[in-house]
Amino acid sequence: MVNKLKKKLDFWVVSSIVVAVVLGIFLAYPLFSLLIRAFRDSGTGAVTMANFVKFFSKKYYFKGLIKSLNISVIVTIFSTLIGGPLAYVMSSYKFKGKRALDIMIIVSLLSPPFIGAYSWVMLLGRSGLLSKLIAALGITPPTIYGVGGIIFVLVLKLYPFIYIYVKGALQKIDASLIEASESLGCGQIRKIFTVVLPLILPTLLAGMLIVFMTAIADFGTPMVLGEGINLLATMVYTEYINEIGGNANFSAAIAVIMVVVTLILFIFQNVVVNRLSFTMSALKPMQPKEFKKRSVSVACHAVAWLVAIVSMIPNIVVLITSFLKTEGKMFRQGFSLESYKKVFSTLGRPVVNTYLFGIIALLIIVGLSIIISYLSTRKKSKITAFIDTITMFPYILPGAVLGLTLLMAFNKPPFSLSGTAAIIILAFVIRRMPYTLRSSAAILHQISPSIEEASISLGCNPVKTFFKITVRMMMPGVLSGAVLSWVTIINELAASFMLYSAKTTTMSITVYQQIIRMEFGTAGAVATILTLTTVISLMIFFKVTGNTEVNI
Amino acid sequence: MSIQIVAEHIVKKFEGGKVTIIPDLSVTIKNGEFFTLLGPSGCGKTTFLRMIAGFNSLEGGKIYFDDQVINDIPAQDRNIGMVFQNYAIFPHLTVRENVAFGLKLRKIKGEELDQKVDEILKMVKIDQYADRLPERLSGGQQQRVALARAIVIRPSVLLMDEPLSNLDAKLRIEMRSTIRELQKEIGITTVYVTHDQEEALAISDRIAVMNKGEIQQLGRPLDIYLHPANTFVATFIGFSNLFAGKLKIENGKTYAVLSEDCVVETPELREDVQDGMDIIVSMRPDEFVYADKGLRVKLRSSTFLGQTMSYKLDFLNANALDINDENELTEAIRYVKKSYQPGDEFCVMPIAEKINVFTGNGEESLIKDVKKYGE
Repeated sequence: MVNKLKKKLDFWVVSSIVVAVVLGIFLAYPLFSLLIRAFRDSGTGAVTMANFVKFFSKKYYFKGLIKSLNISVIVTIFSTLIGGPLAYVMSSYKFKGKRALDIMIIVSLLSPPFIGAYSWVMLLGRSGLLSKLIAALGITPPTIYGVGGIIFVLVLKLYPFIYIYVKGALQKIDASLIEASESLGCGQIRKIFTVVLPLILPTLLAGMLIVFMTAIADFGTPMVLGEGINLLATMVYTEYINEIGGNANFSAAIAVIMVVVTLILFIFQNVVVNRLSFTMSALKPMQPKEFKKRSVSVACHAVAWLVAIVSMIPNIVVLITSFLKTEGKMFRQGFSLESYKKVFSTLGRPVVNTYLFGIIALLIIVGLSIIISYLSTRKKSKITAFIDTITMFPYILPGAVLGLTLLMAFNKPPFSLSGTAAIIILAFVIRRMPYTLRSSAAILHQISPSIEEASISLGCNPVKTFFKITVRMMMPGVLSGAVLSWVTIINELAASFMLYSAKTTTMSITVYQQIIRMEFGTAGAVATILTLTTVISLMIFFKVTGNTEVNI
Repeated sequence: MSIQIVAEHIVKKFEGGKVTIIPDLSVTIKNGEFFTLLGPSGCGKTTFLRMIAGFNSLEGGKIYFDDQVINDIPAQDRNIGMVFQNYAIFPHLTVRENVAFGLKLRKIKGEELDQKVDEILKMVKIDQYADRLPERLSGGQQQRVALARAIVIRPSVLLMDEPLSNLDAKLRIEMRSTIRELQKEIGITTVYVTHDQEEALAISDRIAVMNKGEIQQLGRPLDIYLHPANTFVATFIGFSNLFAGKLKIENGKTYAVLSEDCVVETPELREDVQDGMDIIVSMRPDEFVYADKGLRVKLRSSTFLGQTMSYKLDFLNANALDINDENELTEAIRYVKKSYQPGDEFCVMPIAEKINVFTGNGEESLIKDVKKYGE
């Protein structure tokens, strides 16, 4: 009897229960309470549909939804039109400076989210550098503010997703498939539409979903460029802040609407991809060919470099402004390190916070990911099914919604976490775990269970085998996910923006605050530190693992 | 420290008891013998092996190592050596570290450890690769590492799950004699799983031929080949042509009647046979002679295989039971007198003392003293 009980309570059963409870408390419970709050009156607490009625009946809010959807769709289309062809051309043909272009594209994707917005304000804003230049020529400069600006900035930020996804998919196409289509008399253009496109379609759709979700969830860009335009992500925040306590439940309702939108898309995409998907593995991947015509080659190179450079502009602007001499809020002639000195003398805390919170969050992410991925691939049970479902949510939770959710759930005992470092770390863990979790699960699928059995047969007990053999073998996959988690943690804004206090400010929040205060020098300096950390992290990762790609 | 393994009425069910893989299996594997589980995929042979190893649970019955019931002993405490189909070498450890893995867990250290590892590496002839990582070894070398790792811990029993199936044909033959020699040298009880009947015949002391979770026949390789216990074994071990016929008893002698022109005196049969009963007669492809009359055949195609010529045939005047829609004869090429062309018709007769005779349903051999469970 005791023996049986002992058997039932083995390491993995205990782990799965612990993980389920932790996820239940920190993810399922907050989401559930968000849902409940959305259906309650803020004042009386009575069950009501009023919050939703208000949203859909008032033009002000409803328009926000429509506008959000519009912007996200347009951003997705343009990102696809830029990223797709770029990936195809760069994979199919021998390209000069391919490596440099790759790095520029990845860096522009991974750099802090709203830096694009703010740099373009510096260039094309009311007193922007380029605006003045263009105005001097007697032309009315295009405005960066408003819907157009938001779309422009988001497309430049998000097309790299499509680029990376499509590039990955193209590498899985066996060269013989292309040769087969050519041998059957398929021309260049026709080949793309009848063979290549259908083969990469599932991946392309996955990339488009990510772009759409990121666009609709993006918080920083409309905050900086919106100037009064209300979008879903910003409304969640402003409704909560404006009438704090008073109408938090309305804010919750907007959040729920947002989650429903992303959930519908997520399910739709899953259904479509499941129907379309097939497995491919290329024995002989496509080899890049020489361009046939010099003119085509020149045109392709020019466009690719133009896109990459334009998307790098924000980082360059940030870098330059960080070294400009400043006087109060004004820039003066010449360069200096003043901004950096100022950051380290007055803004040391956010820098320390970012690294400290980031590292703690990363350690938790790595630990949880290893355990969860093992549970759900090797120890399937009803509990792991629950864990699988609940860990899907971070994929579809916009950052602002997550922030709001945690704020509402943990602002009273027994969990009064508001204003603490713990709640920021919690947000980091929830938002950024999917990267590590997914790549951990992926590598685990490639490790044969018989390796573990071999170890057990030699006398090593299963738990020891897990730590000694399995975890060790999972490391490459875990690390490649962890580097993405890390890079996106330090650049996280949307969720932490709802959760920070004076003591728990991070670098991305500081950048935002400095921009609002028009302290562009220090904003640039902090942003540069962030970008540099990102680039160095990626370089260390490439060096250590010998990888040349990032899988997003 | 080798042991005897006894399985008593073991049952294996999957998917919460809905699918039964092994309904009721009992067998004794003798101390020090090379015992092979042979059968088509899905017959339960690997399942049984993994039950001995401790990776599969038992839904009924008991397994003993000598006198000790091991049902509840976890795999890591059973002191087994296991060799896997995909080698399962730890890719992050060198050859030496792989082999030392189990010894270290047994608290063997320092000089003794080095000495034991060196000794075994020499034995399996991979000592020159000791400090390499497995990814730089060929499949055959990796399997040698796996073998060394399994036997260096002096296990009570060596379990091997299709260890050669990922190797190419030539290497397979080389490795199987290595395994065989090593096993005899150490004298360890070995349970070996394979679906390759030639491999099983070559390597084993005894073979258990399995199908659908049941042992079809258990015995020495030669006995099984010469006297299969039923038609499944007859056709699975090597190829056999099967014919439906009648038994005729005349003057105390027994005859198999395959057709009017083909009546063959059988080897000595069991005493309970009756005149006129339905039988199935099996004949190996090379157990025939040309004759003026007998089984009339029409040649469908011929294949030259080097040492032999193989003919695919239609039997015209006998009731041949098609196995995979093919019946064949093979003829050692040095005896080929005349080469036949597709469409040619000729007659052959089975060699009487070589044929096997089964009941009409094919489930039992009627040959005297043929046992399903042999020693």
